[in-house]
Amino acid sequence: MIQVWLIQHWQTFILTLKRLVLAPITSLLGILVMGIAFSLPVGAYMLLKNLQSLSGQIADSPQLSLYLKLNANQTAVEAVRQRLQQHERVVRFQFIPKDVALLQLQQGSEWTDMVGDLEHNPLPDAFVVNTQNASSEVLEQLQTSMQAWSEIEYVQFDSDWAKRLDALLKLGRLVVLILGTILSVALIAVMFNTIRLQILTKREEIEVTKLIGATDSFIQRPFLYFGAIQGFAGGVMAWLIIALIIQITNDELVTLTQLYTIDFHLQHLSSEDSLSLLVFSAWLGWLGARLSVVSHLWQIEPK
Amino acid sequence: MHNMISFKNVSKRFPDGHHALKNIDFTIEAGEMVFVTGHSGAGKSTLLKLIAAIERPTTGDIIISGQNVSQLKHSAIPFLRRNIGLIFQDQKILFDRNVFDNVLLPLQIASFEHKVIAGRIRAALDKVGLLKKEKTLPITLSGGERQRLCIARAVVHRPAILIADEPTGNLDIDYAKDIMGMFRSFNQVGVTVLIATHDATLLEDTQHRILALKQGKLTA
Repeated sequence: MIQVWLIQHWQTFILTLKRLVLAPITSLLGILVMGIAFSLPVGAYMLLKNLQSLSGQIADSPQLSLYLKLNANQTAVEAVRQRLQQHERVVRFQFIPKDVALLQLQQGSEWTDMVGDLEHNPLPDAFVVNTQNASSEVLEQLQTSMQAWSEIEYVQFDSDWAKRLDALLKLGRLVVLILGTILSVALIAVMFNTIRLQILTKREEIEVTKLIGATDSFIQRPFLYFGAIQGFAGGVMAWLIIALIIQITNDELVTLTQLYTIDFHLQHLSSEDSLSLLVFSAWLGWLGARLSVVSHLWQIEPK
Repeated sequence: MHNMISFKNVSKRFPDGHHALKNIDFTIEAGEMVFVTGHSGAGKSTLLKLIAAIERPTTGDIIISGQNVSQLKHSAIPFLRRNIGLIFQDQKILFDRNVFDNVLLPLQIASFEHKVIAGRIRAALDKVGLLKKEKTLPITLSGGERQRLCIARAVVHRPAILIADEPTGNLDIDYAKDIMGMFRSFNQVGVTVLIATHDATLLEDTQHRILALKQGKLTA
């Protein structure tokens, strides 16, 4: 019995493929519509993933620079050192005495002349602190609390760009979500209509099969397969479109990012994400077909 | 012999108020062959449709081989219909596929095993004399051939009951006798046959039972 059932499903699958192949232009257009519609949110998602990995690459371990007051003595340095040692969020830190800082500055190429003219060392003692990886809000709190220490003149945390990137990514995720939702609804509607037309042209066949004892699921099956297969093909099309875009833009992108001394090039969706895309697109096609079938088939009752 | 089809005080009133059948009572035993006669509009088609649950009775019970059709759930109707071979007045042939594939349909639906399917179809086509036309498209068949195609489709899955609504409708007398002969041969192998007709010439020398309908009531 299971074997018969499997054969039936296999036959429906083959029949649906045949139908798609027999109307190549219509099928291709349908798949193209789904592919293009999918490629927008999925492409945005791909971009987002890449930016995320970029931001991770740069801000892997956040750094704070603690500048001590100019008149800070050895005791003050020791006090700060102890506090840092006990601080739970601090992973490691490095003390940079003002003399060393000056020396480093003098060795730096373009500043040499200017620094050489200085009468006394204008630089403060400093600690460079590596913290645990945390969100920019947490880091900012950390910055504020350290700022309040009496020995500290200024805590620098270059959070601006990280915050901007963070906010941008958040916005990006929202855009992807909204875009994805809207286009998914549109695709369900497109599939709904496609199946509705198919049901109308097959009205007679459906009526006859009902009369000779076809169950509802038997009648629905080819339409559901059609939806799922076309959805799947749409997903594949979207994947290919994005692959093409990456191919075209990557050279230019590498040239551009090298100017910023960043190694950045677009990578296609991971295999898991690709699989999710295909499963989701097939499911979406199935869902559109299912909604259409449920709302239209009951209207065709034999008289 | 057990009862195959029983109508118990069945009435059918359509939503537009037309009272198609009034208090119908009869029983057909397994293996019987019965005619339903009457003028057009007398309720013949309605009676046949009630058996296949295409229409539901307004009141009364219809029992088909022990099953009460009037109480059947929607999801159970397909399985009732698989026990019945239906031949429709308007034939309902699918013109987008050849003769073979038209006859294939009931077997596909009832999940017949792949290896028996072709044999069954050819046996059915052989019985109605269409074996050489299995690849033909129905549009090129004559009226009589189309009717025989319908019969092949109705019997291919070997139903216990065969129901035909005006099967000789537009056929000349020789063709009609031919087709009645086929029904008789199905009946001889045990199929319960129910035929609705207004064609009196078919009934002249019949020894089979006749249910005569007049304005929705049984008269004989």
